[in-house]
Parts: sequence; structure tokens; C-alpha cells
Amino acid sequence: MEKLVNTIERLGGVNLLPVALAVVAFVLIGNPSSWVTLTVAGLAMGMMIFLMASGLSLVFGLMNVLNFGHSAFVSFGAFVAASVLAGLSGWLSGDSIMLGALALFLAVSAALLFGLIAGWFFETVIIRPVYEDHLRQILITMGALIVSEQIILAVWGGTPTAVPRPDFLEGALIIGDISIEIYRIFAFALGLVVYIALYAVLNRTRIGLLIRAGVESREMVEALGFRIDRLFIGVFMLGSALAAVGGAMWAGYETLISPALGGEIMIIVFIVVIIGGLGSIEGTLLGAIMVGLVGNYVGFLAPKLALASNMLLMMAILMWRPSGLRPAVK
Amino acid sequence: MSLLSISAMQTSIGQYAILHDVTLEVPEGGVFVLLGRNGAGKTTTLRSIMGLWRPSPGSVRLRGQDITGMHTADIARKGIAYVPENMGIFGGLTVAENMVLATSKGQFDAARLKRVHSLFPALEQFWTKQAWSLSGGQKQMLSVARAIIEPRDLILIDEPTKGLAPAIINAMAEAFREIAESTTILLVEQNFNFARSLGRDMAVIDDGRIAHTGPMDAFAADAALQDRLLGLS
Ligand SMILES: Nc1ncnc2c1ncn2[C@@H]1O[C@H](COP(=O)(O)OP(=O)(O)OP(=O)(O)O)[C@@H](O)[C@H]1O
Ligand SMILES: [Mg+2]
Repeated sequence: MEKLVNTIERLGGVNLLPVALAVVAFVLIGNPSSWVTLTVAGLAMGMMIFLMASGLSLVFGLMNVLNFGHSAFVSFGAFVAASVLAGLSGWLSGDSIMLGALALFLAVSAALLFGLIAGWFFETVIIRPVYEDHLRQILITMGALIVSEQIILAVWGGTPTAVPRPDFLEGALIIGDISIEIYRIFAFALGLVVYIALYAVLNRTRIGLLIRAGVESREMVEALGFRIDRLFIGVFMLGSALAAVGGAMWAGYETLISPALGGEIMIIVFIVVIIGGLGSIEGTLLGAIMVGLVGNYVGFLAPKLALASNMLLMMAILMWRPSGLRPAVK
Repeated sequence: MSLLSISAMQTSIGQYAILHDVTLEVPEGGVFVLLGRNGAGKTTTLRSIMGLWRPSPGSVRLRGQDITGMHTADIARKGIAYVPENMGIFGGLTVAENMVLATSKGQFDAARLKRVHSLFPALEQFWTKQAWSLSGGQKQMLSVARAIIEPRDLILIDEPTKGLAPAIINAMAEAFREIAESTTILLVEQNFNFARSLGRDMAVIDDGRIAHTGPMDAFAADAALQDRLLGLS
């Protein structure tokens, strides 16, 4: 038994959970081509959720700030990107991949820029007065989420907004009887690139070192002579921008978005951050992939359980590891 | 002029008044020991100096400059290092990363690094290990090493011998003696033998007030005073 545990640890420990999950799902689903489709969908969804959740995890880890308004950046990112794409729709359907890619790039950049600015505003105006006070943080950020939903309703209207996508991301890759949507591959790849970049910044730069140390003990970093509060606003802006990019990707994935998006995403994002362990992007990635896979597998195997599946996953993991799969603080 | 002068400092945590009147002159050089029973306010005093609690009223001066109410990071940059009671090690970081973080520019001064390694050889041995895997004594060494990797005027050290084996305590005393040759240590201790062997001057805090201050020799010779200020009451 102990040998088995050691072997599992050496192979990657909790990182193997998604693999184990995929194997179990393979047995239960029985049909290889459905399994591949679901797995790819789960991974793509997981990567988009990772984009949305990573900032929240760092923001909580670094300053102990509970931001229930985080998913407002996701919905704004989605709607801003949708508007840019709609405005450039002429570029999307033409023969030129270049123009389509440029339109997509502009849409994602607009979401990113919006996230940076909105993040700055949100941190300075809404979060700063309530540092160190969780109850007020919950109330005021929940309030901000509701207000932002109303703003979206006022600007974009209550009927679902259609999101056009560039032609080159439409359609599917067909290999034998397996079909993989191209957009999913793109979403997965973009998420992976962001993860690698974040990982490199956190583990290879001095700012990253300060962030990792600050997540463990803000006081001690300050006692060594560094202002975490000045670092925090940068982290907050980056987290908000990533959430907005996640929202932009999500919009293209769903192709039809409504103002209620933020509220729905909020629950998923919090589940992911809690499953993964607060303050660690490795944990957030793991949690996001688990949630993405479970959502797709259960949606196929037992559609009625789909809504409850993420909650059940969270409860099961918290019973096993109360501080999440890969918490930052040891 | 004293290196550190604290005058009539009062500190409250939330609605609780913890320090009522802390007045202290820490001269430059050597080890100054702050003694006191459990809950007397030793840690709160160090945290107030460091700006981790905000004293009010009262003032803290370093070389005559008022540092009361400054941000902790700025106080650190003025030249005060802090080795907290729980050591404040970053467990998820390697020993090397813990040390690099304690440098102001992200680079080691070669001579200082060599001195740290010779004071605490274990740190060199476990340089690339994650700090959570160190033993209690090694963590304490790492915490002290961080405090001396840059030149500092004053090092605040809170109960460094707590939970350590006698052999390690002796090594720690040796290290402190050497460190105090080139800077000043304000040491909080409950282990009186350890404190007596190091301290030149001392003070006793009791219920948030400085109850006694003077040379260590005189205090060590006065059993009745020790019993009154430190004994079980
Ligand atoms: N965060 C806090 N909130 C409320 N009261 C506190 C807090 N920290 C300390 N106290 C109280 O302040 C008093 C002084 O605490 P302090 O930690 O300074 O004592 P100490 O002399 O360091 O004790 P010890 O030897 O046990 O470390 C104690 O009565 C303690 O209960
Ligand atoms: Mg104490």
C-alpha cells in the first residue's frame, strides 16, 4: 500500500487526478470517439476556466481579498469582444485568414485592455476601502457584480447577443470517426500559453518571487522591505485582464451570451479556486481541468446530474483535502 | 544618542489595550535583552517597532529619526530587520530564494554570503531545498540569516531558542555573539541562561509596561528581583 502511494507521488501525485478521471470516464462511456470529443471539450473548457479563475486565486492569496465581483470582468470581456467581432464581421467571413485573425486579435486585446483598466478602477475604488474586512468585501463586491450585470443589460440589452467567429476557427478536425472542434483546440492552446507565461513569471522573475512569498506571508515580505500593496494592484489588474480574456474566449465558445453570464461563471470560478487551493496557479489549473472534464463527462453520462456535479466534486475534494489539491502555503 | 529610543509607547490591538507604557533606550552595539513573562507584551513591542502594529500615542526613533507610523517596508529599509517568533520562513520557496528575497537588489554581496554560510553551514548544504523541509533549528538559522544578509543597524529577534535542542541553542548563542560584534540585536527571550550569556543591557516588561531596565550583570545577581519580575506570580 505504502509502495503504491509512493509510486503515485513520484508519477505526479494529485496531478494524475485528471488522468485517472479520463480513464474512468473511458470505461464508463465505452465509445472511444465520444470519449475523445468529450475529453477535448473538457480540456478546452478547463483552460478557459483557468483564465477566468487564476487572477482570483492570486488576489485572494496575496491580500486575502475575497472578490465576488471577479466574474464581472469575465462578462464584460465577453461582451466587449463580441462587440468588436460584430463590428469587424466583414473581416471574419472573407477568404483572408489574416483579416480574420486580426479581428480576433483585436477583440481579445480589447477585452484585455478593458480588464486592465476596469481592474485598476475596481481595486482603487471598491476594494481598497475594505482591505482586511471580509464581510464588507463580500457585500460590496457582490453589489458590484449586480451593478455590472445591470450595466451590461443597459448597454447590450437583455436578449442573448450572438458572437460571430472568424471562419478559420469554425468547423471541426475529422480523424477517422473522431471529430474535434477547431475552436476548442484554439482555446486550449491559448490557455496553455497563458499558463506557461504565468508560470515563468512566477518562478523565474523577482516580481514572481515576491508574489509567491507574499501569498505565504504578506507581513514577512513587508518586514523584508517590500511594499506588497503596490505589487497587489498590478496583480489585481493582471488577474482582471486574464478574466476578461477568458470571457472573450468563452463568448466565442458559446456563440450566444447573455448578461446572466457573470453570475453563472462566478460559482464555477469559486469552485475551481477552492478545489485547487487558494493562491497557487498550479492548483487553479488542476481544479479548472477537473471541473471542465467532470462537467463534460457527467453531462454525457448523466445529464440530470450535470449541474450538481461540480458541487459534488468540490465537496469530495474538500473532504479529502480541506485546503484544496495544491494550496500555496505549506 | 541611543540607537533606538522608544518613549511612552502605547499599542492597542483592536479594542484591547496591550502596551500601556513602553519606554526603552537601546544603545548601539551588542545584545540588548527584553525579558518578560508569557503575555507580557514582548512580541507586541517588537511588532510595534516594526510598524506591524501602530503605536499611539508614543514614539519610536531610530538614531533620532522618528519612524513611528511609517510603513513596515520603509522601516525595514531604514535598517531594522525582524526575526519573528514563528520565524516567518517562506516554506514553498527554497532556502536560496528565501535569502535572495532578503536582499534589497536581488543580488548577494559575496562577502556577506560567505559569512552567512560559515555561521550556518546547514543553510549552504540545503541551499536548493524547499524551506518547509528544514528542521526547526535550521528554519531559525534561515530566519536569522535573512536578517543579516544586508547590513542592518538593528535586528529584532523574538524567542529564537523556543523548542530548540541544547546543542543548537549553543550554536545559536555563538552566532549571535558574532553578529552583535558588527550590529545591534534586540533579543526577546524566556530562556534566562541564554539571555544572560549574551546580554549587556536588559529590560523587563510586565503587563505592557517596562518594569525594570539596567545592566544584565546586576539583574543576574539579584535573585529577588528576578523572582518578582519573572517568577510565577
Ligand atoms: N492579535 C491579538 N489580538 C488580541 N490580543 C492579542 C493579540 N496578540 C497578542 N495579544 C495579547 O496581548 C498580550 C501580549 O501579547 P504578546 O504576544 O506581546 O506577549 P509576549 O510577551 O510575546 O508573550 P509570549 O512569551 O507568550 O510570546 C497578551 O495578553 C495577548 O493575549
Ligand atoms: Mg511573544
